[in-house]
Amino acid sequence: MTDKYDAIVVGAGHNGLVCSALLAKAGKTVLVLEANDQVGGAAVTREFADGYSASACAHLLYQLQPEVRKELKLSPKLASEDMTTIALAEDGQHLRIKGDKVKGVSDDDARQYRRFRKRMTRFSDLLRTYFNKPPPRLGTKNFKDLLTLAQLGFDIRRLGKEEMQEFLRLIGMNIHDEVTERFESPLLRGAISLDAVLGTHLGPRSPNTIMTYLYRQAGDHGRTCVPQGGMGAISEELAQVARGEGVTIRTSMPVKRIVVDNGRVTGVETESGETFSSYTVISNADPKRTVMNLVGAKHVETGFGRRIHHLRARGNAAKLHLALDGLPSIKGLDKKDFGQRMVIAGDEHYVERAFNPAKYGEFSPHPVVEMTFPSFRDESLAPTGKHVMSAVVQYAPYGLKEGWDDAAKEAFKQAVIKTIARYAPDIEERITASELLTPADIESEFHITGGHWHHAELTLDQFLFVRPVNGAAQYALPIDGLFLCGAGAHPGGGVSGAAGRNAARTILRREKAV
Amino acid sequence: MKHEPVHQGRLKSPFYSRLESLDTVNEWHQWKGYSSADQLYCSDTEYFAIRNATGVFDLTPMTKYRITGPDALDYLNRLVTRDMAKIRPGRVAYAVWCDDNGQVIDDGTIFHLREGEYRLCSQERHFAWLKAAAIGFDVTITHETDEVAALAVQGPTSYSVLSKMNLEGLEELKPFGLMHFDFQGKELMISRTGFTGDLGYELWIDPDKAEALWDALFEAGKLHGIRAIGTTALDMARIEAGYLAAYMEFLPADETVRTGVSRSPLELGLDWLVDFKKPNFNGRRALAKEKRNGSTWRLVKLDIEGNKEAHHSYIFSNAKARGGNIGFVTSAVWSPVCKQNIALGTVKTPHGKPGDTVWVEIYYQREMHWNRKMAKATVVDKPFWFPPRRGATPPGPY
Repeated sequence: MTDKYDAIVVGAGHNGLVCSALLAKAGKTVLVLEANDQVGGAAVTREFADGYSASACAHLLYQLQPEVRKELKLSPKLASEDMTTIALAEDGQHLRIKGDKVKGVSDDDARQYRRFRKRMTRFSDLLRTYFNKPPPRLGTKNFKDLLTLAQLGFDIRRLGKEEMQEFLRLIGMNIHDEVTERFESPLLRGAISLDAVLGTHLGPRSPNTIMTYLYRQAGDHGRTCVPQGGMGAISEELAQVARGEGVTIRTSMPVKRIVVDNGRVTGVETESGETFSSYTVISNADPKRTVMNLVGAKHVETGFGRRIHHLRARGNAAKLHLALDGLPSIKGLDKKDFGQRMVIAGDEHYVERAFNPAKYGEFSPHPVVEMTFPSFRDESLAPTGKHVMSAVVQYAPYGLKEGWDDAAKEAFKQAVIKTIARYAPDIEERITASELLTPADIESEFHITGGHWHHAELTLDQFLFVRPVNGAAQYALPIDGLFLCGAGAHPGGGVSGAAGRNAARTILRREKAV
Repeated sequence: MKHEPVHQGRLKSPFYSRLESLDTVNEWHQWKGYSSADQLYCSDTEYFAIRNATGVFDLTPMTKYRITGPDALDYLNRLVTRDMAKIRPGRVAYAVWCDDNGQVIDDGTIFHLREGEYRLCSQERHFAWLKAAAIGFDVTITHETDEVAALAVQGPTSYSVLSKMNLEGLEELKPFGLMHFDFQGKELMISRTGFTGDLGYELWIDPDKAEALWDALFEAGKLHGIRAIGTTALDMARIEAGYLAAYMEFLPADETVRTGVSRSPLELGLDWLVDFKKPNFNGRRALAKEKRNGSTWRLVKLDIEGNKEAHHSYIFSNAKARGGNIGFVTSAVWSPVCKQNIALGTVKTPHGKPGDTVWVEIYYQREMHWNRKMAKATVVDKPFWFPPRRGATPPGPY
């Protein structure tokens, strides 16, 4: 006997949860199957050492879409809100960046930064509108698609002649050229470059890194927060809302395959051999895993399969968690500063040089670091008086030449710790335990092919109308009843909920159209 | 890594020495890197060898891929539009394969050599597409064009010729069947296939034994009018048989630049090759949609009045050419054996139903001066040449 549902969501990542909750809210019976024993996918809080917990992957909340928050009535408790970014300097002359203000630079730079932010905010607001609707298809006569497309054109035009030209000039450009043109301060240039490349296989000189910078700003204007209890708390809240709407969530239930019969989905089969029936299956897994592993190449056509196969999704961001017996000391910082976000990116060249080895399958000997001390504001994460450091570190290429064995992981970990120690000399003495998650670990533990933040590289050729690939850009895959709702779908990764919400809306709209 | 020198210039088929010794006119063209003869003495004589005796055509440059592995059947079933599960070992299938938009990439023959072991043959090369199609399948695809020498032995006396070569059981070989024989210690594969629409065979062998096979064949055919032939004669025969040729009746879809210039199997009269009962194959969705909404083009076989060959002609729905053309001729020939002026063409639907009358605008030159003629043509259903001996097993002696 098999259970029958209106919809089955494969994977309880935050997008899968958003999607399931919205479908249930519309009256659907929904089942969510999660491979791991925790909900949240990569948005989870895990204990990595006795008494010490950290957000396993994503550790900062800056993109949760207001639409998602509103529709699901989310009110996450925040440990830190609107954090200042501190660009660390070895001599203690740090920069402090918040909103459109930056302290520690010349008046010229401060003025330029205000202007830069104003423009970027305008552009990212424009993009944000489109992140919250399915991208229009190109080359169709569908009225809704044409309308959205016309609206996008109109919105770009409405920026005004000069701003439109700027938008079109900048969107494919690299962040390096923009920051070197604008700013004198190396630290400021470095911090902006880092924001543009975090979570990608891109360096500041790579094309379209202004687009990735805008993408990052397109949630909450770049304001970063830390949820109380880590990122897992967001997922837990989402799961609670979903359950409240009647969604059935089952963890430790890895899906073995999505069953396709005569060109349409009929349900899923789990590793344990259970089958669940539904004519609508929504995959929160990445596009490659969904099509190649869960569905199987023989159920799609060659051209489509080839596009999916060639999706670029080589993760490059690793996560380092340190259990500390006390806060380290950093020259020029007060104790209260440990509640802020710190970045290590001396200048734009430092970031690019960190990227260079990654092109050849080697990790950065001098990595870039985005670090936080979440336990500073959230005592639930570490024993009293002790602390946790959570850092995103780049670059650690998924396809490391010699493979991510224990020796390679240890070597990279030491490189990161040495880098941090240049600013916090006593950090090494404070470490009592540590955990490094390379993209290879992220792949095996969170089932993300390539261990990539965005499931698929965030580049113009895999963006908007063609994300993840041509023929699947509107959440529907070319198999009847099969949809994507994860980061690999439009608009992309980050804890935003946009992909999950758009997918749910697409499914409900298609149903209405039938 | 070992670097093999890149071959410069034209390749010579393992039969080249034999062809060269018969050649009197030195007319060759290039076929996928190989020298291939247009004609060896006179294309008309060669044509009559196909229709009245036996013509031997060097098929070696034909593209050949070996497809093996546990998923070979699943792979082929996704690749081509017809159901390959019905093609048992020892059988050959004419097949067509499409891109995701249901547009024809090429047509060809698939030989089920042994259980789970296939050879796909086509005029054009398709390694990139076949490799892309292999993503996610446990199959091995080997390009073996150069490793297999092949001859087409076609015509009414072809069976009589081969029956003198000590090939036990050949009389039982049915159309689209294949058999393995021993030839001087090497395996000789013979399939009852061809491109002439008549009784005929294709012989496949290790290149080392190519010349020996040729010699044995011509020795056996001495009293049966055997002749080597070139492409010109073969092309006449294939138009009579109503067979399609890439770059003539269709462009490989992966080679086209503009939209609307490729063709679907439905537009090429290959509906019978498209099996919608199969759950998935390349182009299925697009073709199902086309079937529902109707096709744009239709392939037509034309029986044209007069004797002026209708090369490159526009086709009209009326003698006055009102309303613009409805299509064009893709291949045309005066058929000596049918005594008919025939052509293959492509017209816009709903024109071109069997039995319809259309008009073909023929330009021809007479003593330098050009003349134009609107010739009446009838759309016919059946191939122009389809002798009963083509299907007879055992084939009779001639």
